[in-house]
Amino acid sequence: MNSEKITKNILFIASLSLIMLATGMVLTLIQGSIPVFQKFGLNFIFSNKWNPTAGREQYGALPFIVGTIITSVLALVICLPLALSTSLFLGEYYKGKMIAKIIGTLVDLLAGIPSIVYGLWGFYFLRPLIVQLGFNAQGYGIFTSSVILAIMIIPYATSISTEIISLVPNDLKEAAYSLGATRLEVILNVTIPMARSGIVASYILAFGRALGETMAVTMLIGNSNVIPKGIFDMGNTMASVIANQFGEAEGLKLSALIAIGLLLFLITGIINGFGKFIIKKFA
Amino acid sequence: MDKPIIEIKNPILRIQNLSVSYEKDKYAIADVSVDIKKNLITAIMGPSGCGKSSLIRAMNRMHELYPQIETKGKIFLNEKDISKLSNIELRRKIGMVFQSPNPFPSMSIYDNVIAGYKLNGIRQKKAKRDDIVEKSLKDVALWTEVKDALYKKGNFLSGGQQQRLCIARALAFQPDVILLDEPASALDPVSTSKIENLLVKLKKEYTIVLVTHNMAQAARISDYSMFMYLGELVEYGKTKDLFTNPTDKRTEEYLTGKFG
Amino acid sequence: MKGKFRSAKNRLFKGMVIVFSLVAITPIMLIVFDLFQKGIKQINFSFFTKIAPDTWDAMTALNHGKIIPGGILNGITGTFLMVSVASLIAIPLGLLIGIYLYENAEKRYAGVVRDISDILQGAPSIVLGLIAYFWIVKNITHGFSALAGSASLTIMMLPLIIRSTEETLKMIPISIKEAGLALGVPYHKIILRVLIPTGFSGLTTGILLALSRVLGETAPLMLTALGNPFVNFNIDKPTSAVPLLIWQFYNDPNMVNLIWSSSLFLVILVLTLNLIAKQIAAK
Repeated sequence: MNSEKITKNILFIASLSLIMLATGMVLTLIQGSIPVFQKFGLNFIFSNKWNPTAGREQYGALPFIVGTIITSVLALVICLPLALSTSLFLGEYYKGKMIAKIIGTLVDLLAGIPSIVYGLWGFYFLRPLIVQLGFNAQGYGIFTSSVILAIMIIPYATSISTEIISLVPNDLKEAAYSLGATRLEVILNVTIPMARSGIVASYILAFGRALGETMAVTMLIGNSNVIPKGIFDMGNTMASVIANQFGEAEGLKLSALIAIGLLLFLITGIINGFGKFIIKKFA
Repeated sequence: MDKPIIEIKNPILRIQNLSVSYEKDKYAIADVSVDIKKNLITAIMGPSGCGKSSLIRAMNRMHELYPQIETKGKIFLNEKDISKLSNIELRRKIGMVFQSPNPFPSMSIYDNVIAGYKLNGIRQKKAKRDDIVEKSLKDVALWTEVKDALYKKGNFLSGGQQQRLCIARALAFQPDVILLDEPASALDPVSTSKIENLLVKLKKEYTIVLVTHNMAQAARISDYSMFMYLGELVEYGKTKDLFTNPTDKRTEEYLTGKFG
Repeated sequence: MKGKFRSAKNRLFKGMVIVFSLVAITPIMLIVFDLFQKGIKQINFSFFTKIAPDTWDAMTALNHGKIIPGGILNGITGTFLMVSVASLIAIPLGLLIGIYLYENAEKRYAGVVRDISDILQGAPSIVLGLIAYFWIVKNITHGFSALAGSASLTIMMLPLIIRSTEETLKMIPISIKEAGLALGVPYHKIILRVLIPTGFSGLTTGILLALSRVLGETAPLMLTALGNPFVNFNIDKPTSAVPLLIWQFYNDPNMVNLIWSSSLFLVILVLTLNLIAKQIAAK
């Protein structure tokens, strides 16, 4: 074999190892979740009973699935006006200016803060604020987690959309200005429609981030294993229940946590795949 | 077409029934046979997509990089079948210069010139290396301009200087043939004329094959010219003859600006 | 009066964009400010040279109004150990796979590999912790270990490095590669001596960003490395890490003061890496 063949083979084997890694991950998760699905079937997904007491064990993941979706959706809703404004600030109003560079760097830095530090900040700063505002007696809950999540996903929601907004061709905007449109009208009628798919895609990717966030949520959501009735209720997410209960998990309970991990992996995979699909399709 | 269009005695390159296809049954070059004479400049002209780049890329087997490209036919360098040579042997004998200047950005000027040796692991004494670098840079008339900046990266050089650096890189191997793929198309007129003068000087030592879509350039510096169209070698002959008295109607149309 | 209304709306919108953008970057400033204010007084020489105190020592110091003794040495060494081992695998493998994708960009198979890498990049870190728990803790080290922690971090780093490698190489003009081939240079040398040096700054940026991403990871390490009150360099033993220590301090009322200094340390480390990476990329 000549050196070119060897090199090509090494590269190929490396790529193959990634496929094996991903396949192995899925298989491991499936294998680990078999016991709980054997015992409860699809009820595992649709039941809201979570009872680890020996002898009366019952596991249903619905509270966590619902908790995950509510916190992430709420986070996205809170994040939306902030992220869109930031994207317009960086990619339209102050494009190329020094102030945009500074704000852009600060937004990027948001992505660098570790999740656990967000959790601490949420616990010591945001939670007392929520208590003071009288939303909730202890300050824990869905809303508190969502606010923190919203802050955490701002950089993900802004990165692609800022880029796309700044790429909207000037001549199109100028055409609208020449017809007497105000800047707001140009943004609403030219810039945002042109950049729509990029904006949507980046929010989907940010949503995917929120779904899997663990530490900050675990520290703020209150960790109660029931379906939350309102946004100020306590709850639990799929990621936080794994983090919280993994330590003392064995047997069926461990299998239940792995099954939740599998579901979480699949959900985030689908959401991210969908976001990438939109980017690819409209790029 | 088994016989070349014109006979050339003791050609340095002999191309026999060469076909190159990018997809099945889509030929970039169809059955071209041609001989190339030593120590002259041979220009290959034609409108874009005529196969002129494919032809010179077949001469140093650059096509092998792209597995989907299929090559048929034979090419002989000094009567040796080039498919029997190793890549390194072949490319030491046939150097190549590309359309836009492409010195290695991570290397100094010195290292760029000697890159062929360094990257192939050919060891040499420092004095020998210095000689090669100096001679190659002198050959391309770049020596006086860069001799004080040899160990700097070449990115401060102008486009024309960078292109001459790339020619020096090809010359460092003392090849028999230098292939140039529209070497001046990205350059301004002054740099272009410098490169042209250089090529005329270089043909004393090297055989030069020049792809160009600039007819005036071919007329100015080449000794022999070929005209290609849609993958076919339409006409080949002494540049003077081809320009003043083309035998094929298509050549005439091209030269008078009817297409391309 | 329609014109006046339109321009008022226009100005109002711009005002909103500015306000919301400022709101979006407020948390990062508050967080960093908060960490400095509360954390700086605990940072001293022994903070870097001593291991974490036990709860008794911390309580005694607190009761006497003194600074808590000890530091986070076991966390620093643990983080260093696990991130190094993860880098040792993730960097070369990620580079190889990235090069493979660049070389075979058009192939269907490469598209699959790229999609899988993207899915892994979106996978929640806690799920990667579960995987490493099953593969390493249960089957190889038979107990919590630094190796398991490294494995989860490796899976996190891989897709980041793969993507940045491919993107960086794509920026290099193809003619640079062809120039190497025209000199008869063997394929592996073109990769090692031409492509990698040419893309060096881009590759470094990608690696630094991947490092800064995993340095602060907590959740997967809770499931794999667990923590260790002592300095440990043995990869098959439980190991601490800076974020794990933060989690431990958070859960111990006597240690609260240490939360801030260790978070400050972690955030400075991560943000510095981030800024260096972006500085290199900007060049």
